[in-house]
Amino acid sequence: MPVNVKTFATIPEAAGALASERDARYIGGGTLVMRALNEGDLSIATVVRVRDHSLGTIRPAGGRVTIGAAVTLAQLLNARDLAFLHPVARSIGGPAVRNMGTVGGNLFAPAPFGDLAVALLALDAMVSVQGSYGTREMAMEEFLAGRERAGLVISVSCTRPASPEAFRYRKVSRVKPKGASVISLAVHVPQSSGRVNGARIAYGAMAPTAIRAKAAERALEGRSLDEAGIAAAVAVAAEGTSPATDPIASTWYRREVVGVHLRRLLLGQDT
Amino acid sequence: MAKTALQFRHNDREVAVFVDGGTSLLTALRDSVGDHSPKFGCGQGGCGACTVLIDGEAHLSCLTLAETVEGRAIQTADGLKNGAALHPLQAAFMENFAAQCGYCTPGMLMAAKALLDHNPQPTRQDVIDGIAGNICRCTGYEPIINAILAAAAGGGARRA
Repeated sequence: MPVNVKTFATIPEAAGALASERDARYIGGGTLVMRALNEGDLSIATVVRVRDHSLGTIRPAGGRVTIGAAVTLAQLLNARDLAFLHPVARSIGGPAVRNMGTVGGNLFAPAPFGDLAVALLALDAMVSVQGSYGTREMAMEEFLAGRERAGLVISVSCTRPASPEAFRYRKVSRVKPKGASVISLAVHVPQSSGRVNGARIAYGAMAPTAIRAKAAERALEGRSLDEAGIAAAVAVAAEGTSPATDPIASTWYRREVVGVHLRRLLLGQDT
Repeated sequence: MAKTALQFRHNDREVAVFVDGGTSLLTALRDSVGDHSPKFGCGQGGCGACTVLIDGEAHLSCLTLAETVEGRAIQTADGLKNGAALHPLQAAFMENFAAQCGYCTPGMLMAAKALLDHNPQPTRQDVIDGIAGNICRCTGYEPIINAILAAAAGGGARRA
């Protein structure tokens, strides 16, 4: 069914249109919204676009980097100083999907998709959102809890890992080289004097949105990344998770294997 | 609902069509331009049968809002051949038995063209990654990978 396509020059105008119409959806790369339209999703009456090139910029600042919502996964792969996100971007889709799918859009991908959001959650991401009231920056967890009503995402900022080993990502899928996640895991484990200091662990496909494994984070704090040090974290790896049963894997299976994959990731082992 | 006028380059020819709001580029190409080479497979971005090049980059035409290609250059498998002469990739697909039912072939060809345009001497792994978004249910992929490597070895990308 035809929909209204509204194109705006500025972000506030587009956010205003989004807020004023219940049936309006923002379109970025199209991989979520066009898919919904192709499937005949009648909940979308208006599609909102914006032409503002500031949405496509990547700006490093100190220990963090701010990535515009319209930056594509392919652009992430071309950004040399974002090497820590390259394995994440490469694990999503084929080249065509990466030329289209955006950083902002990935925050809205339903499980088992949205692997980039998992990595960003582990990297203490903040999401900058334009609502009808103005702009606001919120923590990724707060954003994910109410993403349907959040407004228009302008950018996401995240921590740059202190060292390459401090950030680890793994996507477990049945189809190689590309496939939906059985589970995806991202851990940020900075160490001082051989002890983990400020652990963040995030999972994808273990809940309706990306989630943090807070029990495992607490159990890992102050420990070393060896078999004895991570045992307590692995034991509580599935705590707080509520994965779905879908064509990729069952709830039971995902909860069974999350600890196995977390252990291997923390020990630096192959899948 | 009013239709939107849309102009873009289609295989090096200017075209102008009218589209309904929310129409995909795939629908615009097939129903309005009359180019039936890109195929509708899944409509979800999972199969790659609708792959076309937009300004030289592989995109899924079924997930592209038609209005976003205003003024841009679209290349499809239909534009690969030059008169009766097949494109080197098409010839290599034929010689290597890389098409059986043929439904994935136009998308495979465009994914392969995007790969070779950027990387004229790909490794086998580069080819596998390059067509990772395209599903083939007939060939088991090996003949397709061999065809793309053969086209690269024969300078297919340079002659394109």
